[in-house]
Amino acid sequence: MKEIAVISGKGGTGKTSLTAAFATLGGKKVLADCDVDAADLHLVLHPEIIREEIFIGGSKAAIREEDCTGCGLCAEHCRFRAIGYSVTTNGEQAEKPIINPIFCEGCRLCARLCPVEAIAFEPAESGRLCVSGTPCGPMVHARLGVAQGNSGKLVTLVRQEARTIAEGEACELIIIDGPPGVGCPVIASITGVNLALIVTEPTLSGRHDLMRAAELTAHFRIPTLVCINKWDIHPGMTERIEKEARDHDVLPAGRIRYDRLVTDAQVQRTNVLACGDSAVGEDMKAVWRSVESALSNQ
Amino acid sequence: MGGRGGGCLNEFMNNPLKIAVASGKGGTGKTTIAVSLALTAAAAGRTVQYLDCDVEEPNGHIFFKPQIHSRFPAMVALPEVIKAQCNGCGDCADICAYNAIAVVRGQVLIFPELCRGCGACSLLCPKDAIVEISRPVGNVEIGVGAGVAFVRGVLSIGQIMTPAVIAAVKGAGGDQEITLLDCPPGTSCAVIEAVRDADAVLLVTEPTPFGLHDLTLAVEMTRALKKPFCVVLNRFDLGDDKTVAYCREENIPIILSIPDDRRIAEAYARGEALTEVLPSYAPVFTDAWERLLAWCERQIPRKKVPVPLDQGKAATS
Repeated sequence: MKEIAVISGKGGTGKTSLTAAFATLGGKKVLADCDVDAADLHLVLHPEIIREEIFIGGSKAAIREEDCTGCGLCAEHCRFRAIGYSVTTNGEQAEKPIINPIFCEGCRLCARLCPVEAIAFEPAESGRLCVSGTPCGPMVHARLGVAQGNSGKLVTLVRQEARTIAEGEACELIIIDGPPGVGCPVIASITGVNLALIVTEPTLSGRHDLMRAAELTAHFRIPTLVCINKWDIHPGMTERIEKEARDHDVLPAGRIRYDRLVTDAQVQRTNVLACGDSAVGEDMKAVWRSVESALSNQ
Repeated sequence: MGGRGGGCLNEFMNNPLKIAVASGKGGTGKTTIAVSLALTAAAAGRTVQYLDCDVEEPNGHIFFKPQIHSRFPAMVALPEVIKAQCNGCGDCADICAYNAIAVVRGQVLIFPELCRGCGACSLLCPKDAIVEISRPVGNVEIGVGAGVAFVRGVLSIGQIMTPAVIAAVKGAGGDQEITLLDCPPGTSCAVIEAVRDADAVLLVTEPTPFGLHDLTLAVEMTRALKKPFCVVLNRFDLGDDKTVAYCREENIPIILSIPDDRRIAEAYARGEALTEVLPSYAPVFTDAWERLLAWCERQIPRKKVPVPLDQGKAATS
């Protein structure tokens, strides 16, 4: 079983549209949407949820007002600025502090320090994990609760679940729709994958962000391909990016032209390849062939 | 600033104004909007700073081409054991909520990549055998470009402490009248760190199913943070009309709409600021900036920032 992660560095370069097209190509596969704080793949793949699980990312602290003496020790030591005092409209500060769960990182320091044990520390739901069926195969996706942290942990769970399903159903491939950036959720999305495909666009920003993403995949020694979306917006930049990528051992997997059909397909809640024959669809199929050949050469 | 409510705006502007430019979905035009608004505000005579809080993939420098005059590392605290004082009791491993400490046969092992710098281990060690040292997780650069004060953070490759670098960027900011914070995409901890000290939030979106879905998540996040917010609709003639309908139903003002103009995409590709190379858009942004200021004035409660008495009089006279 092999895993490929579609990532980008820069957001909005077309990861999900391309992943949705890939979903319809090739053999049996499991899809894993690892962009857990802005997951969109489900909008075009129409998953039917088979199983849904609550994700506990960690615990959160809460002050029991009746027990609190207002000594302020907790607020003084919280490194995450999660503990503060509410201020009334006439500018007076409350006597007892409160914890804003959005900023609480669950370190428990406050609860341990509180001299009167007035701080409760309880596991908190921070998202949902879904296992679904789609016409293209099983899909694992998740939704991080609003303003919740620990997205890396949820990404890891999504990938574990995808692997379990792939093993159980003898699927040979897992396609991961990754998040933008180079931080914690991206690292969780790419560690141990067989291949990363970076989708970028021919802009200075796209180039800058591609190089950072390529540095990250090199850091984890992951074979990497690059695909330039909307390449014809700036052909000169496309050439330049592909050359620089080659210099960093990132091989071009193909170019995808700019076509409003990609947006039209999204508006119709489907993928480009389901919209009949098109040049942009052929571009995507060519990228897929590069991906398949890179995977089979491993 | 034009006639309408000019005096009030001046009084309002005695308080520095911090506007975060965010979005759920990536690639909707946050940087284009933040850069253009910063240049527009500067052209209107305001002192302006642009803080690039998208520290995983910062791009603002491409458009401001700033002269960087200082650089410093963004640090996070990391525990270190003073071996002579440690008795191997293992309390630190129990205390750490992130499994960043293990004690094996009396030896304390620290895993820096899991540590979030909460300080619990060093504060609670019964032998005072843990001190905190600082370790760099990225860099902060300060400079000036196109008449705007510029600060950006860059997360080092392989590091995960994105919020710490964002906090360092905000800490390096000055006291300009206007601050524009260019935020990372998404709705999780990095975005929250970027947005939490802002007075108001601009959510940049595009009218597609992905854009709308991620906008609804960003709206939920911004509401949870209790920040006033409005929407910028980019490429408004693309996609469908569901985003406009959503904003209408939810009573969210759309402060600016920008068409899907190939010239904008090309200017962006070359790293050129929109309002500079496409002068026809300059008045569009000037109008939007005035609307935004007037909206901020209505939405943001007057802060309890002491204003020198003479300055206050000057503003109202």
